[in-house]
Amino acid sequence: MTATRTDAPPPQLRLPKRRGVELALLVGAVLISVYGYAAVGLAHDHAIPPDVAGYGAGLGLLALLAHLAVRFRAPHADPLLLPIAVLLNGLGLVLIYRLDLETPKDQAAPTQLIWSTLGVALFIVVVVFLRDHRMLQRYAYLSVAASLVLMIVPIFFPAVNGAKIWIRIGGFSFQPGEFAKILLAVFFAAYLSANRNALAYTGRRIWKLQLPTGRVLGPIVAIWLLSVGVLVLERDLGTSLLFFGLFVIMLYVATGRTGWIAVGLLLAAVGAFAVGSFEPHVHSRVQDWLDPFASIDAGEGPSQLAQSLFAFAAGGMLGTGLGLGHSILIGFAAKSDFILATAGEELGLSGLTAVFLLYALLVARGYRAGLALRDPFGRLLSIGLASILALQVFVIAGGVMGLIPLTGMAMPFLAQGGSSVVTNWIIVALLIRISDLARTPHPDQVETGDIAPIVEDPS
Amino acid sequence: MIRYIRRAAAFCLLLLMALLLNAARIQVFQADELDDNPANRRRTIDRYDQPRGNILVGGKSVTGSKNTDEQLTYERTYTDGSLYAPVTGYASQTYGTTLIENAEDDILSGTDPLLAPLPLWDEITRSRQPGGNVATTVKDSMQRAAYAGLGGRRGAVAALEPSTGKILALVSTPSYDPERLSGTGSSVTDAWLQFNRARSQPMLNRAIRQTYPPGSTFKIVTAAAALDADVVEDPDAETDTPSPYVLPGTSTTLPNEARGCEYASLAEAIRVSCNTVMAHLGVEVGLDGMVKAARKFGFNDSGLRIPSGVARSNFDTDMSNDQLALSSIGQFNTTATPLQMAMVASAVANGGDLKYPYLVDRTTTRSGTTVHQNGPRPYHQAMSPRTATQLRQMMIDVVEQGTGSNAAIGGATVGGKTGTAQHGIDNSGTPYAWFISWAQASNASRPAVAVAVVVEDAAAKRADISGGGSAAPIARAVMEAALRG
Repeated sequence: MTATRTDAPPPQLRLPKRRGVELALLVGAVLISVYGYAAVGLAHDHAIPPDVAGYGAGLGLLALLAHLAVRFRAPHADPLLLPIAVLLNGLGLVLIYRLDLETPKDQAAPTQLIWSTLGVALFIVVVVFLRDHRMLQRYAYLSVAASLVLMIVPIFFPAVNGAKIWIRIGGFSFQPGEFAKILLAVFFAAYLSANRNALAYTGRRIWKLQLPTGRVLGPIVAIWLLSVGVLVLERDLGTSLLFFGLFVIMLYVATGRTGWIAVGLLLAAVGAFAVGSFEPHVHSRVQDWLDPFASIDAGEGPSQLAQSLFAFAAGGMLGTGLGLGHSILIGFAAKSDFILATAGEELGLSGLTAVFLLYALLVARGYRAGLALRDPFGRLLSIGLASILALQVFVIAGGVMGLIPLTGMAMPFLAQGGSSVVTNWIIVALLIRISDLARTPHPDQVETGDIAPIVEDPS
Repeated sequence: MIRYIRRAAAFCLLLLMALLLNAARIQVFQADELDDNPANRRRTIDRYDQPRGNILVGGKSVTGSKNTDEQLTYERTYTDGSLYAPVTGYASQTYGTTLIENAEDDILSGTDPLLAPLPLWDEITRSRQPGGNVATTVKDSMQRAAYAGLGGRRGAVAALEPSTGKILALVSTPSYDPERLSGTGSSVTDAWLQFNRARSQPMLNRAIRQTYPPGSTFKIVTAAAALDADVVEDPDAETDTPSPYVLPGTSTTLPNEARGCEYASLAEAIRVSCNTVMAHLGVEVGLDGMVKAARKFGFNDSGLRIPSGVARSNFDTDMSNDQLALSSIGQFNTTATPLQMAMVASAVANGGDLKYPYLVDRTTTRSGTTVHQNGPRPYHQAMSPRTATQLRQMMIDVVEQGTGSNAAIGGATVGGKTGTAQHGIDNSGTPYAWFISWAQASNASRPAVAVAVVVEDAAAKRADISGGGSAAPIARAVMEAALRG
């Protein structure tokens, strides 16, 4: 469209870095969180909380430091990832602070703030020191070994509320399974990117089903056994569902083979059905899901799930307003697994939809980075990490809203839980890293031989 | 790979859609059902989240609210709990509400849409209106006079303003303090058990929820029926009733407590309370006529509300003549609430024009703007004005020269009728002493008050119990309070 015609070489295509957009969105995210914090105080005590400035400054400082790390070390990164993470984290802090008002003896917000700080610190560490995500590929087998250890260790610790997923040392507790998620995603991405052709095109054909050879099938069976093993030994339906879902998505993206993914899903369904029928802890969850009001009819008062549904219903379209709901009636785990019920009651369907869309945007941005990348490992890793978020949101949100059986799992960024917050910050850091590479312009890049042209499945 | 990534993204989108649709299902489509679930505490918490509106007697509140800082924040208090319990009822966090607390709950709890100036806006902002107030028709001085007069004996008093139907006093004793039921916890459940197990039944509202055989006070209804049906044309003319009177179709004889009842005139029969004459007149009027007359006074009306429901006063509609004879003197299956008998007196006092009784004068917002104003409503023309005039005179005679002399008030015209009802097998139960009356100040154009008193007293000797003896003085005290204004 330019009218100028010169003999000079055309100006280099200048891709906008969008760091200014990120900063503006961050300011918005911090302001929304601070506003929420003030709204809770106004509604509950008819006064703005005295530490609102400190809270805002703290959150703003964290956001600023994260932004600076991105600006200097990943200048081409997707500008939406960090603001969404800050907003969700800030909103989570507001909700936890709001619930703390109902439980004066059990203050969770300060601890959560410390964990958030740690999470942002690790975010900065990853963004600054991880030059290229492809170096993670080298540690595939180390990460799967580490993730196995992390998952197995809690079996030796006493069960907390029926699930053996915690390590408690002193007053300090964390869920190692949370960190295992990232390590497994790294392993899956590395293994599948290395073996995807073998998986997709070799092996025997039985009836209409093409099965891979035993050598490549081995790890898949192992993972299936692992996920059921986690389920049985730790009574943690959520994590096993997440692992399996993550594996299936990554396998599908890597190979495009729907046939035996269906077989895998069938096996998982059989396993889940068996465990759901015979393992009492899981069985009771399934019963709760089938009839959330059974305990009311039995005269034992509403179950947690029923209380959660009551909270969502009380929110209606527009919500009661921050600080004005009664989601504390859920009782135990109101700040962790059931945090979404507070969002649903006090922000209503409109607020809840906004929260879901924030997650959706985060996931979409992860997928987008995967699409833009050229190396299969990076692709699979970003799809895997984004899928972890998507599956986690679905499993816990669907659980507390009666869509699927309830399984203990943290709502990413919103829920109380240090390991979860830290893990999610690392996930976002990795996505920032990957998206930076995906969006960095390489006008002089030459196609190298090691990236094969994509062969689409003709079927 | 790109195609598979797109498909995986589509799968994630599917999950998002499932979550959103499910959220809409719970938060919009099933929301009302979940909100209404009795196990959902939110309605209860919201309900007690603000002070409850007050119930007013003579412009002064007889209720209050206190902040307990518990999950259910505000609890009901009562200034004169036992005195006004038959009017207010209780508002309990454990046991719900009764009487005005129940009937006007929407106003008192602030949920009535009429309280909100902008209902739609309040719906959106979820703002709640402060509880409104309920002004009763009760007069404090009369309520206290009745309560003191009963003095803890089992009994009840109902007083009406004949020209309007306003309930001026509604007392039931022994009573209870509804404040003890306001909250939650073991002290409340203990009080509840104590009240419910007590033989004196303190929570029974005898004035409107308990029916008694009305005994001789029912003779006013029979007399009205006889006069309206022209069975008696001249109340001072002799009737052809022997004494004792043999119940029709039986060999049972009906005696008189009073003397001089043989062939007594209607006026005389009312004045000295002759069973024989009134039983005979009832039979002469016939079943249909008696049922019709009783209905016009309010008997057999199970839908009477003041606004709380009033127990149905009964006059059987299917009887043999001997049963009709007994029913016509307020025995057999005839029963009446004290309020019903006050309505009988009120109908006579107001020229036969019986007004619908009501207890709530008006409801207001917290700041005093009227939400709803009640006024006089016609109930039935219970008898012709001529009959009413005749009965008026007969009731005056009862007080001036008959069994009701204890109710006489200087400087006022008082009409009354005594009653003593036996009940139980072979009349073994404690008799009920009845007195119904009305009073008109000598300088007033119409009667100011109609009252019914019933006393059941197991401690007293049976011989001492008669309408004129124990009930009439209470009626007089209540009427005096009414006449003082």
